[in-house]
Amino acid sequence: MRLQSDQIVVESKFKGVGLIKKLAFIFMLCVFGGGKAFAALTIEITEGVSDALPIAIVPFKWLGKDESPAAIITEVINANLARTGLFAPLEEINLVAKPYKTQHINYKNWRMIDIPNLVIGRVQPAGEGTFNIEFGLYDVYRQKYITGYRYGAKTTQFRKIAHKISDIIHEELLGIKGAFDTQIVYIKKFPNSDEKPYRLYLSDADTYNEQEIMRHNWPIFSPTWSPDDSKIAFAMAGSHGQSIFLFDISKGDRPKRATDRKHKASAPSWSPDGKKLAMQVLKNGSADIYVMEIESRKMKRITRHWSIDAEPAWSPTGEQIVFTSERGGSPQLYEYRFDSGKINRLTFKGKQNLRASFSPDGKLITFVHLSQISGYNVAVMDLSTKQMRILTDSSKGESEHESPSFAPNGGMVIYAANYAQKGKQGKKTGLVAVSVDGNVQQHFVDTGVGEVREPAWSSYLD
Amino acid sequence: MKPVIKLVVAILPVLMIVGCGGDKAVEEEAAAGQEVTVDSGATTGDSVSGTRLDEGAADSAISTGVDDAAATIEEVIDDTDASAALLSERKIYFDFDRSEIKPEFREVLSAHANYLASNPNVSLAIEGHCDERGTREYNMALGERRAFSVKQFLSLQGVSNDQIRTVSFGEERPDVEGHDDSAWKWNRRAVFVYAE
Repeated sequence: MRLQSDQIVVESKFKGVGLIKKLAFIFMLCVFGGGKAFAALTIEITEGVSDALPIAIVPFKWLGKDESPAAIITEVINANLARTGLFAPLEEINLVAKPYKTQHINYKNWRMIDIPNLVIGRVQPAGEGTFNIEFGLYDVYRQKYITGYRYGAKTTQFRKIAHKISDIIHEELLGIKGAFDTQIVYIKKFPNSDEKPYRLYLSDADTYNEQEIMRHNWPIFSPTWSPDDSKIAFAMAGSHGQSIFLFDISKGDRPKRATDRKHKASAPSWSPDGKKLAMQVLKNGSADIYVMEIESRKMKRITRHWSIDAEPAWSPTGEQIVFTSERGGSPQLYEYRFDSGKINRLTFKGKQNLRASFSPDGKLITFVHLSQISGYNVAVMDLSTKQMRILTDSSKGESEHESPSFAPNGGMVIYAANYAQKGKQGKKTGLVAVSVDGNVQQHFVDTGVGEVREPAWSSYLD
Repeated sequence: MKPVIKLVVAILPVLMIVGCGGDKAVEEEAAAGQEVTVDSGATTGDSVSGTRLDEGAADSAISTGVDDAAATIEEVIDDTDASAALLSERKIYFDFDRSEIKPEFREVLSAHANYLASNPNVSLAIEGHCDERGTREYNMALGERRAFSVKQFLSLQGVSNDQIRTVSFGEERPDVEGHDDSAWKWNRRAVFVYAE
C-alpha cells in the first residue's frame, strides 16, 4: 500500500525571544510515491507549547504473520495530536516500553518520565483483507484505563480509524471533540490547463485522500457544506452571469442548478435547517443579499442599498446574517438581525473586512482583514464583545490569506494562502490551519501546479 | 459618482487619428490615417513607401497636422478615422476598489455610444474585471458594478438598454499575470465584447 512509504521527520528548534519563549517546531510529513496529499506539511508553533499535554503513543502491535500494515495508524495519530499544539507526543525513540495489553503496563515507568497519558493498541488480521484494530487510553497517575475501542477495517481505512482514535483521545483528555475525522472541500485552478481548469476537490482534513469531484471551464467558487454534510453548494460564473449549484455528494449525482438563470446569484450560505440559502444577487450594478427557499426557489430580498452588499454568512443559531457591505465607503462587515430586521455595523478597524464565516456555536466569526500597513490576513471576532484578533501575518512570506473557515470543533480555522513568488508567473499556494488563539499554524503546502482556493471544513462525518 | 454626464464631445487631440486598427470594418481607413501621419512628419517626404492614399484622406490629415485651427479639428472628429480609432479601444481601466469612469476614458466610451446609438441592431456585452486583491465574491460584485457604470454611461448617451448586457468575472480572468500594481492596474478593467 502506498501509504506505507510515508515518513515522518521531526525536527525542533528552540529560540528564546525576550520574555516569551518562542518555540518553532517544524514537523515535516513527506509523502513519496505520489500519495494523494499535498506534498509537504509544515507545522509552525509560535507560542504556548509549554502548555501542551505530554502523551505517549506506543506503536500498535502487529499480531499477524506477514509484513505489518499497522505503522500508519500511530504515525497519523502522532501527527494529528502534534499539530494541534495542544499535545506533545513522545518521540518513539524515548518510549520506555512498548506494551500492547493493559496487564503489560508498568505505570511507574511512565510516571518517572512525566508522561501522564498513554495510548497502546494492537492490530490483528480478521480474514478477507480485514483487520481488528483495538486501542486503549490510560491515565498514568491514577493507573486507570480511561477508554478504548475496537474497529474492523481494511487497510484503506486505516487513516480514517487513526482519525477517529485521535478524535477520541482529544475529547477524553481535553473535553472537546477533535476535528480529525472530517473533510474539507476546496477549489483548484490549473492556470496552464486549457481543459477545464477549475476543479472541485474533497480531502480529509489533513489533505490526504484528495479526490476531484468535478471540473469545468467556467470559474467554480464559494463551495460550502450543507448543515448535514450531504450536499455542497457552490457558484459558477458563466457568460451570462453567476448561478448557484447544489451537488449531492452522498448520491454522487451531477451538480444541479439551484437558482434561476435570470438571477446573477453566488456566495451561497445555508440556513441552519438546510432548507434555504442566503446569497448575493447582482442586479442593476448593485449586489444585495437575498434568501431563497431551495425547494420553491422563492426569493426574499434582505438588503436594499445602492452599494455592494455581498458574501452573506447565516449564523448557526439562525438569529442573523453577517455580510460584507461597502455602504460606509469601504467593505466592512455588518449583521442583519432576523428578529428586528435591523442592520448593524460590526467592524470598524482596518481598511477592509470581508467574507465572514461563523464558528459552529455561532459565537465567533472569522473573516479577511486588510489593515493600513499589512496585506490581507485572517481575523476572528467575538460577536458578544466585538473584540477582533488577527491570527495571521501575511508579511511573513505569504502575500494573501483568504477564505477562512472554522473547524467543526471551533478550535481551528483553515484558510488559503498565496505564497509570494516575486518575478514568477503563477502562484504557489497552500492551505493553512491556524488555532483560534493564533498560536499554532499548520501549513499544507501544495507543490502541484494547481492553485488551491477556498477551503471549507465539514462538520462531523459519521 | 453621480452620473450626471452631459457629454461634451471633447476636442480630440490631433494625434487621436493615429489609431491602431482593430475593428475589421474600419481597419483600412485607420491604417491609411496612420500612414499619412508618418508621411507628414517626415519632412523629406521621400522615405515612406507603402499604402497609396486617396487624395481626400491625405489632404484632411495633412492639413490637421500643420494647422490646429478649431474648424479643421472638428472636421477630423466627424471623420470615421477618429471614431474608428476610439472604437478600436475595447478596454477601460479603474482605480482600486472603485467603479467610477475615469475622465480619460470618456472619449472612448462616447465613440462606442455613438456607434451603438446609430447601429441599434448591434449588441454589446460589457465584462467587468478586478485585480486579485480582496475576496472573490466581493470582486464579483465589484466587477458587475464596473460593467454597470459603463452601461449607465452609454445609456445616458442614447444607447438602448436592450443593446447592452453586463457580466462580471471578478478576479477570475486577469489580463496580466503578476502580483503587484504593474499587473493589477491592467486587470481592473471593463472589456467591450461586440456580438459577432
